Amino acid sequence: MTDVGLESIVPGVGLAPPQGGRAVRRLFRHRSFVIGFAIIAVLSLAAIFASLLTSLDPSAMKVRLRFRAPTPDFVFGTDMFGRDIFTRVLYGARVSLFVGLAVSVISGFCGAVIGVLAAQFRKLDAPIMRLMDALMSFPAILLALGIAAALGPRVSSVIVALTVAYVPAGVRIVRAAALVVREMDYVQAAKLSGASALRIIVRHILPNCFSPLLVHLTFIFAYAILAEAALSFLGVGVQPPLASWGNIIAEGRDYATEAWWVMLFPGIAISLAALGMNLLGDALRDVLDPRLKGGD
Amino acid sequence: MAVAPLLAIRDLTVQFRVDAGWVTAIEGVSIDIGEGECVGVVGESGSGKSVTALSILRLHDRAATRIPSGSITFRGQDLLRSSDSALRRIRGSEIAMIFQDPMSSLNPVLTISEQIAETLQQHQNMSGMAARHRAVELLDLVRIPDARRRADDYPHRLSGGMRQRVMVAMAIACRPRLLIADEPTTALDVTIQAQILELLRELRKELGMSVMLISHDLGVIAEFAQSVVVMYAGRVVERAPVATLFRRPVHPYTIGLMAAVPKLDGDATRLTAIPGRIPGLQEDIQGCRFAPRCGFVLDSCLQTQPPIQLAGEFHSVRCPPQVLSLGNING
Amino acid sequence: MPACSSSGIFGWSDDEGQRLLTGELALLRIIAFKFLQAVPVILIISVLAFLLLSLLPGDPAIIIAGEQASPEAVEHVRQQLGLDRPFLQQLAIWLLNLAQGNFGSSLILNQSVLSAVGERLPVTLSLAALSISITIPVGVFLGSLAAYYRQSWIDAGVMTFALLGVSIPAFWIAILGITLFSVRLGWVPSSGFTPISQGLGPWLSSVILPALILSLFQIGFLARMTRSAMLDVMGQDFIRTARAKGLSEWRTVSKHALRNALILIITATGILLSAAIGGSVVIEQVFALPGIGRMVVQAILARDYPLVQGTMLIFGFTFVLINLFVDVLYTLADPRVRHD
Repeated sequence: MTDVGLESIVPGVGLAPPQGGRAVRRLFRHRSFVIGFAIIAVLSLAAIFASLLTSLDPSAMKVRLRFRAPTPDFVFGTDMFGRDIFTRVLYGARVSLFVGLAVSVISGFCGAVIGVLAAQFRKLDAPIMRLMDALMSFPAILLALGIAAALGPRVSSVIVALTVAYVPAGVRIVRAAALVVREMDYVQAAKLSGASALRIIVRHILPNCFSPLLVHLTFIFAYAILAEAALSFLGVGVQPPLASWGNIIAEGRDYATEAWWVMLFPGIAISLAALGMNLLGDALRDVLDPRLKGGD
Repeated sequence: MAVAPLLAIRDLTVQFRVDAGWVTAIEGVSIDIGEGECVGVVGESGSGKSVTALSILRLHDRAATRIPSGSITFRGQDLLRSSDSALRRIRGSEIAMIFQDPMSSLNPVLTISEQIAETLQQHQNMSGMAARHRAVELLDLVRIPDARRRADDYPHRLSGGMRQRVMVAMAIACRPRLLIADEPTTALDVTIQAQILELLRELRKELGMSVMLISHDLGVIAEFAQSVVVMYAGRVVERAPVATLFRRPVHPYTIGLMAAVPKLDGDATRLTAIPGRIPGLQEDIQGCRFAPRCGFVLDSCLQTQPPIQLAGEFHSVRCPPQVLSLGNING
Repeated sequence: MPACSSSGIFGWSDDEGQRLLTGELALLRIIAFKFLQAVPVILIISVLAFLLLSLLPGDPAIIIAGEQASPEAVEHVRQQLGLDRPFLQQLAIWLLNLAQGNFGSSLILNQSVLSAVGERLPVTLSLAALSISITIPVGVFLGSLAAYYRQSWIDAGVMTFALLGVSIPAFWIAILGITLFSVRLGWVPSSGFTPISQGLGPWLSSVILPALILSLFQIGFLARMTRSAMLDVMGQDFIRTARAKGLSEWRTVSKHALRNALILIITATGILLSAAIGGSVVIEQVFALPGIGRMVVQAILARDYPLVQGTMLIFGFTFVLINLFVDVLYTLADPRVRHD
């Protein structure tokens, strides 16, 4: 792909990120950040303290209580097995948020390592990028689907699958950032003063690729949440009775007209989680690289 | 009996929107340009020269600009109060403008003949073929070698000097009465500068058009202008015919400006600089804006806006009479 | 000047004709070069697809035959798929087959991968084509609108729409859509595909809902990219020049701004095309459309690995082709890229 103004794809590269306290303050002044942060905070807390918020067991089936519409007892209603949807959604949050976090962190880490290697060592660049191009030519969802199906339907498979699917994107971002940073004067100065390649990478290049990577990871988090839901929906992710937002929707699909609540709430949850992360990412991008402000 | 000027900017004030509110970029600016006259507008960066020029054709960002007072009269029409369509009819055909950086001012994905032809098609309703033909003629006129072949080139294939010639060709395509040239030579090499100025001079003579030349380069102004307007921090401070201005500058700022230009045959020990710095846009200054840096400052200068005085025929200056006499004594 | 030079025939001057030829030759040369660059990628994709099976934990033959299969059945599968041969030999056979156009055959469908894909191609193609033809004009228009009226409520509206588009799960909206438009309102069938041969109307009603939903999410993305690109371009000096020439706002935006934003928009469209393929997988599943996406999902779930391999390969090749196409569009859109 032609290099279309790399600076615009890698927000904040080479710019000193606003220091600690100032950064946080500026973030909180940003409306998107506040909303996004609030959403994610609420969801995370709800997920972590799920057992405190509900005394019910997400897998407990009480046939007599099946298909109850939302009432104060069962805030989101019950499904075809009498399980409380609210409880299941809460426990499902654990899965989704955990997957999102794991995928973004791991793929970010791998992407950073590979990306920097590609940028620093000319000989490695071409083969690495051809490999990444090849990987990216499979639709991510299919790649993830294939890997998850092969490894068996569980959370760890989903994490592995999505990580593999998203690493190439991370590599691209970090490589682009590292290429820009590599040309900067302070890196040339370090090279001239005899610093070893490893030292240059760790002390100079990586820290300056951090900003664009961070922004990228928040979006990966959002994608991962959506992808995990899709995979669980299709049956290759988390399997019932373990609750995942995706498989709740899958189960509730056939009763869409009669028991609409089964499908509705997990869907809203997924949307909120993804929305929150996207807002966070947008705000982060604005704060870390004010140059892009005009553009978005 | 004074003939009405071709363009009369009277008491123009322009404000820009910033986070905290509005700032005044230029204030009370008045400039007259007669038929066939060449007026040079000189001043440092930030003096408001470009703002003034862009206001004539209303090229500012509509949302972030407001013009609380003033008028710009062109052949009897107040451009500031004209409708959008009336203004569009004047842009490019009666008043044309060329800008500082020819690379960024030309559309990179269109050929140069297409860009010239556009003006002709817009204002003179020429057909595609006729417009292209005329575009080639214009390229010839501005001395682009091998015009017929180069007409199909894209801007990035041309050198800086040639691109500026293309801009000129675009501007004169419809024989405008007034050409506004905003720092046309600043981005070019010195030798090319001379060529472009020469080109402008010849075209001016041939087409009989007026030119408003904006520059921070005194040399360029001296070469080209017939009368000069000196601007500082958003205000006009002195106005005079070119010879008068250079031989007998009156306003302390102009004096400082002239002194700051190193002369080849002069004393080459130290460069004279004007102490201090230009006031920021946000700073609200009551009196004369140059007062903090002025060597002849009086108490009254800091409190009230200095009046406009006549210092000779066609020579006016915004400075109190006491300072003027002081200045004259010192040469 | 020799009268029989080609330029003479067309009435151009000799050097004009010369320039045209070199210009066009240069373009062709660039395109050919890009084709060549794609070859190693295709090679890697082929190898990766092959490795798909070997990367699975455990014995692929057992996985395919099933846990409960008898040893003879497993052995049969092993022989059938050539898994008993040495690794490199398998790879060589695989690549050779590919070169001959043999992408493998499905274990379950009892047909070659190519024919299985071919049968379902019209469905996926209908979906993709319809959604793209909605996405591009609407997305570009909304994005340009948002850029032109930046900071206004139009801008906020479009951006919010785009944000929702990347946050809401497509399959969920699809189900809600079916529930509303098919089950409740009965406007369109809730599943199944009607080929064009049975009439334009029935075809349209069977694909319009899935295509719309697919578009909905892509429009947001395209609008955002277009807005970005247009804002960038609108801030440039030559836009000011265009206005200074007296061009109307419409002409300035459409001719000058859009042409320059095209480069970024083409990038976005390239990404969209690939995303559409991915998106169609889930959408086809939800709408029970017998397309390629659905086939792959079911093949994966049924462990029909040869079919999965072959189809993934086809997807990979398609993507490379799309990339190539987009790259060529670049050279056409941006004259600056041509001469270097």
